[in-house]
Amino acid sequence: MIRLRVMAALFAVLATRAWAQDVDGQSRVTQFGAWLDSASAVLTIDGSTDTAVFAPILEAFAKRVPDLAIRYREITTNELYQLAERGCSGAETAADLVVSSSIDQQVKLANDGCAQPNHSTQVKALPAWAKWRDEVVGLTYEPAVIVYNRDLVPPAQVPQSRFDLIDLLRPDDNLFNGRIATYDIERSGVGYLFAFMDAQQATTFGRLIEAFGRNKVVATCCSAEIIDAVASGRYLIGYNMLGSYALARAAGDRRIGIVAPTDYTLVLARAALIPKRAKNPDLARQFIDFALSDAGRKLLSESGLIVSFDEAGGGPASLAGVVPTLRPIALSPVLLIGLDQQTRENFLALWRSSLGGAGSGVR
Amino acid sequence: MTEPGIAGRTRSITVRLAATIALILAAGGVAISIAAYAYGRQAAQEAYDRLLAGAAFQIAQSVTIIEGHVVVNLPVSAFELLALAPDDRVFYRVIGPDGATITGYDDLPSTATAKEDLAFYSADYSGEAVRLASAVRRFAERGFSGQVQVVVGHTTRARAALARDITTKALVLVAGAGLALVALVAFAVRTSLGPLVRIEQALRSRDPKDLSPLTVSTPREVEAIVAAINRFMSRLSSRVTVMQNLIADATHQLKTPIAAVRAQAELAIEEPDPARLRTIARRIHGRAVGLSRLADQLLNQALIIHRSDAAAQEVIDLREVAIRATDETDHDLLSSGLDLHLELPEHPVHARGDALSLVEATKNLLSNALRYGTPPVWFSVEHDHAKGTAEFAVTDCGPGIPESDWKDSGRRFARSAGSSPDSAGLGLAIVNAVAEAHRGHLTFSRTAEGRFRVTLAVPAEQDGSQ
Repeated sequence: MIRLRVMAALFAVLATRAWAQDVDGQSRVTQFGAWLDSASAVLTIDGSTDTAVFAPILEAFAKRVPDLAIRYREITTNELYQLAERGCSGAETAADLVVSSSIDQQVKLANDGCAQPNHSTQVKALPAWAKWRDEVVGLTYEPAVIVYNRDLVPPAQVPQSRFDLIDLLRPDDNLFNGRIATYDIERSGVGYLFAFMDAQQATTFGRLIEAFGRNKVVATCCSAEIIDAVASGRYLIGYNMLGSYALARAAGDRRIGIVAPTDYTLVLARAALIPKRAKNPDLARQFIDFALSDAGRKLLSESGLIVSFDEAGGGPASLAGVVPTLRPIALSPVLLIGLDQQTRENFLALWRSSLGGAGSGVR
Repeated sequence: MTEPGIAGRTRSITVRLAATIALILAAGGVAISIAAYAYGRQAAQEAYDRLLAGAAFQIAQSVTIIEGHVVVNLPVSAFELLALAPDDRVFYRVIGPDGATITGYDDLPSTATAKEDLAFYSADYSGEAVRLASAVRRFAERGFSGQVQVVVGHTTRARAALARDITTKALVLVAGAGLALVALVAFAVRTSLGPLVRIEQALRSRDPKDLSPLTVSTPREVEAIVAAINRFMSRLSSRVTVMQNLIADATHQLKTPIAAVRAQAELAIEEPDPARLRTIARRIHGRAVGLSRLADQLLNQALIIHRSDAAAQEVIDLREVAIRATDETDHDLLSSGLDLHLELPEHPVHARGDALSLVEATKNLLSNALRYGTPPVWFSVEHDHAKGTAEFAVTDCGPGIPESDWKDSGRRFARSAGSSPDSAGLGLAIVNAVAEAHRGHLTFSRTAEGRFRVTLAVPAEQDGSQ
């Protein structure tokens, strides 16, 4: 029995000291810590993480540094990347810290010389896969999981691995036809990354997307929407969902079941990067070191961003099965391949042709 | 060890060797450091250049032509290869036949002419030094003909680290070898100075009166020192012996004449007759003259023995020696100028020696001949080219010393039967001592005419070799 747990009472933590919130188009700016007027220093963080999920550690850090104000701007990964690129060339004011789940884009930024290193002992202590050049630093530990509806999927049919999934999708009249959702990889950076990694991990990928195509898989946007739709029963299975969100939702909704595939489970470490032109790089370094400290890790675990695979755990989300083979996605220049224009085009073309235009389905 | 008598002590051999070795090691160390760094750099360069080449070839291999278009599907393995330089930024660019970038970093510097299939070059890109490899793949397809150039590069952090690593390891090795060398040298110095310590101990533990040669077994290199010590010892020993003999001789020699003088003097005290008293006084005078000559000779011998050891030997012309000896010879002995014939060659006869000793020796020979021999006396200087000797020869017409006594005549007080009371017989002993000091010899012979001839021969100095 494997227990995959989140030690979070997630929704309780939402921004108790979030003074101001601006929702400005796609981005939402939240402020933590001291008032801007009285703050002696302001740390600006751009991130793709939900503000609610990221708030506890931001608050904790704001408390540790006297008179510190933190401006957290939540934006999508692609915008984050474009902003950071413009910040790198000086066209736009750079943030002090960029935290993104699109780790390939983070690596690309560092590769393009847009980052500065943080050679702290905490960073040095990280395993090699969780950092690159001390510039891109993995803060979290988030598996890519299969989300299913506990009420509607019979226990015998819960896929424990990709082989199970392929087998389940083989019959013409299977339960899941038209009721499987995954990220629209053309729009979701994380979805693309997971799909591209899947393609490299195993030969099952070809058969899997072919099965997806036959069963009219819905490729759509955003973890929250897919998980909601799985909970409501509109979809039965969500494939390659980011475990952190899924576990957070599952904690509050017993209809949601989660499986870490036993053949292999991709693990993503949300990566932080200090832009070259950051105004307060030392504050940013302090934040990274704090996030990597025991206290920081505890907070991230409670927010579901660090998922522990602990048999003795008794968290809200538990799943039966054998120990999954965890495959962390290494922060390395290999991730650049997925961002190559031509390679990306080729991969998307393969994806589109296999899925048969399913991406344009339900939003 | 600050013993008196050690003059101007120089630095110890160990210190000298250590300084020399340290100097050599320092110079060698610098040279090796430079070499190691150069080697490390080159090795790192080659290693990572191969990596780049591999990646470039893999990417080139992944290029396909689909419907006349260049399609690049970047192989993961190529990037995994590049990621073997774990902390280096990676750049790539695929350039079509028209020079347009197909994919990758379109401002990445490429070789101006992509003629070679594989080329390496360095450049500055995006604020860092970058090493690049360019590979070319040629296509001749139905709808496409031309070449595609793949440029792959990365920053040089891993190279620098590897170069540093190789250099450091090499230097550590060299430093270790250096230290081992120093230790070995220290050991070798100690071991090789061991014989000196043994010699010192042998000398120290020796009885002060013991002047016999040292019998310490020593390596060849130290033999010279032992030989020098032994030479010094034997000289010391011989001088001590000479001094002892001299004292013994003097005592022995002086005893009899002094006793005689004393006896005569006692007779004189008792003698009332003035005429006989005068006779006694004359005898006393005779004895006293003999005694003073004896004392002269003893002192001369002491002087010559001293000089034979101490005086510097220089190249001298024996003719000058002969002239001086003739001049200084007691002229009372010459009854007439015709009695002494000085025969000198026209050319200088050079030999290495002490002029004063030789003058004394030849004077003795002359005196002997004039005093005891039968005139006329011939005194000649000759250069025997065949034997390589220079000779003084004194010849007289008397019977000379009997052949039976020739062997002993050089020795002290080996007085022949005919020696008179006023001759101590020291003359020939002095000559013999001088001859030995000059590595020469004293010989007696008879000429064809039956004349008695005494020859003092010393090694001749080759003319012009001064």
